[in-house]
Amino acid sequence: MAILVTPQTKLLVQGITGEFGARHARLSLDYGTQLVAGVTPGKGGQFFEHGGHKVPIFDTVADAVKQTGATASAVFVPPPFAADAILEGVDAGLDLVVAITEGIPVRDMVKAKQAMAGSKTRLIGPNCPGVVTPGTGKDSHGGCRIGIAPGYIHKQGNIGVVSRSGTLTYEAVWQLTSRGVGQSTCVGIGGDPVNGTSHLDVIQLFMADPETKGIIMIGEIGGSAEEEAAEWIAKHGTKPVAGFIAGATAPPGRRMGHAGAIVSGGKGTAEAKISAFKAAGIGVAATPSDMADTLLKMM
Amino acid sequence: MNIHEYQAKQLLKQYGVAVPDGDVCKTPEEAKAAAEKLVAAGHKMLVVKSQIHAGGRGKGTFKSGFKGGVKLCKTAAEAHDLAKAMLGNVLVTKQTGPDGRLVSTLLVAGAPNIKKELYLAVLLDRATSRPLVMASTEGGVDIEEVAEKSPEKIVKEQIDPALGFQPWQGRKIAAALGLKGDLAGQCAKLLAGVYKTWWEADASMVEINPLCIIEGTDGKDQLVAVDAKIGLDDNALYRHKDIQAMRDLAEESPLEIEASKFNLNYIKLDGSIACLVNGAGLAMATMDIIQHYGASPANFLDVGGGASKDQVTAAFKIILSDPAVKAIFVNIFGGIMDCNVIATGIVAAVKETGLTLPLVVRLEGNNVAAGKKTLAESGLTLITGDSMADAAQKVVATVAK
Repeated sequence: MAILVTPQTKLLVQGITGEFGARHARLSLDYGTQLVAGVTPGKGGQFFEHGGHKVPIFDTVADAVKQTGATASAVFVPPPFAADAILEGVDAGLDLVVAITEGIPVRDMVKAKQAMAGSKTRLIGPNCPGVVTPGTGKDSHGGCRIGIAPGYIHKQGNIGVVSRSGTLTYEAVWQLTSRGVGQSTCVGIGGDPVNGTSHLDVIQLFMADPETKGIIMIGEIGGSAEEEAAEWIAKHGTKPVAGFIAGATAPPGRRMGHAGAIVSGGKGTAEAKISAFKAAGIGVAATPSDMADTLLKMM
Repeated sequence: MNIHEYQAKQLLKQYGVAVPDGDVCKTPEEAKAAAEKLVAAGHKMLVVKSQIHAGGRGKGTFKSGFKGGVKLCKTAAEAHDLAKAMLGNVLVTKQTGPDGRLVSTLLVAGAPNIKKELYLAVLLDRATSRPLVMASTEGGVDIEEVAEKSPEKIVKEQIDPALGFQPWQGRKIAAALGLKGDLAGQCAKLLAGVYKTWWEADASMVEINPLCIIEGTDGKDQLVAVDAKIGLDDNALYRHKDIQAMRDLAEESPLEIEASKFNLNYIKLDGSIACLVNGAGLAMATMDIIQHYGASPANFLDVGGGASKDQVTAAFKIILSDPAVKAIFVNIFGGIMDCNVIATGIVAAVKETGLTLPLVVRLEGNNVAAGKKTLAESGLTLITGDSMADAAQKVVATVAK
């Protein structure tokens, strides 16, 4: 079953005519993802063409949903307009909005998250690599790729991966795939301090998904989302979970690339997160090179 | 981005928050003039405050031997002499590290008679994604200590971002701080102003420590922000031209400024192994694995998802200008980007910079075979690692020798 998306999920891309959005729309089409629509205000009626695909472009998300039945969106809209684009997707009744955009002002996200509370839409990100449910073809072709992750590193299987970081997710996925172990779904929740979906939300989905047999959870310094997920796993976890926390060597008070990766006021340290993992029975990888092996030893 | 105390007070004042009278000074003469103005306005005591981004100024020591980055005085002549002792000198505090910071700006302000010190801050509550107002009767001390030793002395009030700060919340916090009568009204008004500053300026944090009950020049009790610290959301700076102008490059590391010109995310650390990595999470993890195998990282460096040859060359130049660096660890997971492009960039950068230090490269991902071939045929003496752990152990071994 996988979580959030399946190879059948119909995807639209907001900002499909921008350089970044177009590039990844092409890669999703190459991967075999059901990319059915693009949205760029003012370019409705045009088409996004690539490799024999002819994807219609709409002025609004509502139009795109009505005409194509898309249920999920990837947001590649520039930061000043991204929160607005997310809310447009919420209004159109999408099940899933994945915001790839990096650099959205925190205040915009505070407002957007408040505004979408109670809606049916789940937001992943922003500032995230996206979601991949691998397909069964060569190099996992035929899966659902939303965002910027390299599709070919995946393999269809039974491990769920959740992480705040992009390249660290790819690292974990590649470790699994090169050991012949596939993934149910891989979710990058993003590196910003305000995000739509937390580690805990994704862990709960993985625990409820019959196809997922084990989970890799990758965290980093800042906030307390990893601790909250660990606490829940200690009480309700039914599947093996292994993890890694990045940033043990990060100096306090400095933002380490991600807007949310900061130890402030002694809070959000790697040490606290690692001990929360250990207390919850989560296997802690000693180095980022051991993420897959740590999980596989537990299974 | 961080700003100076005087700039934070300018912003707060714009939103109706009371701050002590004072002027910004760059010379002892300006300090004297500012002090004369304050004395004429009825201030009996003055304070001369060094403007640097680090905390602990009052207990700091100048490299000249002069003690105290914040000093009280009574006359314009004293203010002049204090300014002379501070300006152009390097102040070392517990937050600056041994290098200290050059003081080139002072705030000369009235030093009111303080009756009580309180604490106030507005920040983002990450757990709820909402703004949070924090206040305490324990002001003028380290709030983290208060949070640890007597958390009951900190009141927290969550703000609904759609509604904004409500008058009843101001009254509630004023009551919790034990303020009555006119002071309670002043507190509610001040809180609304501080919240508005946080919201309108796109701040990540506004902290007023201490917020003081003072005896005003008219003899009545007043609530004023005696010290103020504001951090701003870098992502929102594009819509605040006035705040962008407050950036003080002298407060930032020259290497970090140079890196930002190339869209590189660089943070200097104390170790000897320089890292060049794509992606923030992997960059942090690379630092961690270096430490795991017994050495220390010299920096955090994220070249981003689409590192170009120019960026890689700039990155090499930046990490090589740190004299503590003894070896370089390049760790790239090229998911979408072509590993061969990166390999070509590395070879060009090494040749251009004339690198003589040990270089360990771990490449993985798209077109990795061609990338490894480019490295192997370059004629460069570099070491390659198959996995992150393999490469990390090899780079640590080069500095252990």
